[in-house]
Amino acid sequence: MRQCSAIIFALVIDKLFPTAAAALADIPNGATVMIGGFGNAGMPAALIDALIAQGARDLTIVNNNAGNGDAGLAALLKAKRVKKILCSFPRQADSWHFDGLYRSGELELELVPQGTLAERIRAAGAGVGGFYTPTAFGTKLAEGKETRRIGDRDYVLEFPIHADYALIKADRADRWGNLTYRKTARNFAPIMASAARCTVVQVRETVQLGALDPEMVVTPGIFVKRVVKIATPMQKAA
Amino acid sequence: MKKLDRNQMAARVARDIPDGSIVNLGIGLPTLVADHMPKGREIILHSENGVLGIGPRPAPGEEDEDLINAGKEPVTLLTGGSYFHHADSFAMIRGRHLDFCVLGAFQVSVAGDLANWHTGGTDAIPAVGGAMDLAVGAKKVLVMMEHLTKKGESKIVERCTYPLTGARCVNRIYTDLAVIDVKPDGLHVVETAEGLSFEELQRLTGVPLKRMLTAA
Repeated sequence: MRQCSAIIFALVIDKLFPTAAAALADIPNGATVMIGGFGNAGMPAALIDALIAQGARDLTIVNNNAGNGDAGLAALLKAKRVKKILCSFPRQADSWHFDGLYRSGELELELVPQGTLAERIRAAGAGVGGFYTPTAFGTKLAEGKETRRIGDRDYVLEFPIHADYALIKADRADRWGNLTYRKTARNFAPIMASAARCTVVQVRETVQLGALDPEMVVTPGIFVKRVVKIATPMQKAA
Repeated sequence: MKKLDRNQMAARVARDIPDGSIVNLGIGLPTLVADHMPKGREIILHSENGVLGIGPRPAPGEEDEDLINAGKEPVTLLTGGSYFHHADSFAMIRGRHLDFCVLGAFQVSVAGDLANWHTGGTDAIPAVGGAMDLAVGAKKVLVMMEHLTKKGESKIVERCTYPLTGARCVNRIYTDLAVIDVKPDGLHVVETAEGLSFEELQRLTGVPLKRMLTAA
């Protein structure tokens, strides 16, 4: 019986990592990395800082935007670690790091309508090989793509976006990697978690297994590989 | 002639949103429509970033960085509101679950083609966001824009010269000069700004307009 309990001990699932650096240590050059967040809401700032410190380069980044101000994703771009970005809305009042790199030709952009971006990520996570969407039919963003008329509408064929890593932010996690989110910080995180081979989550709080109401779990732990608790200032209650 | 200012345009759009509607307001000028919804109407505002039931702006000091709209401005949530992820949010849009969206525009064509994401300039950085999804997905697409460019050219055109956001997708255009319906047989003027005759509007617009016989 002792042997049996030892085996059980060895098999305990524990996805909690002590530091962001440890959780990102194996990201290689050239990796495709999804980064959650819509603007600053849900942006995993500590993981991005750790990725900058880790040094991987020639990254392909998937995010809705292309960085704001000087921190987070903008800092990763500024450090010239990114060769290509897939996003829907790069141009903003404070996207100066992206703007400069794009204009000088140092950064490749694949512009994707936001809903198509979300569905391509979802499709990757769901094992779907492609899908037809009415979005962008007849526009520049559908040029060169296969189209098809289904019923009385025209559609554009789009393919999934897979990633090596997804870096996301959630509110609470247990050691199985079950996640809850906070308000609109959820945005792309649940679908990115499903679309990456290795999903790393920055959370405000880790809790005992069983402390999360199963009815309230948004991302089941099956989509999560690594969890890092990052102490952040108390969020204001709205 | 009295041109409508931005708030008057927003109030004019808001007047046409019926009780019980689910509406997405684009960033910029359309976001103002929220401030002008007639009192007593229950209208659910959707935002691409995963929220239904957006309430008023928070009081200063009450902002929550995790609760924002598509324009990344702090908002509040109404009682009954909900949060969801991006793929669900765009399933609502693309799946034709929204009654209205209100979008800004560079140009709208006689056929209802919409151009609002890219000026096509070689140095311009394109940004499409959710506009193309909203253009094909909302049951009714309302456009809100100045009637004329700064140079005085009509933004309602025979054919869009800027890259399209969506083809034949616009249902109604609200400008500072007029409200115009896009119909299969052309553009019908619903109303004009105070003191602006149909003939004068026609002269400024440069594409054929029709008089609407009954007011909307």
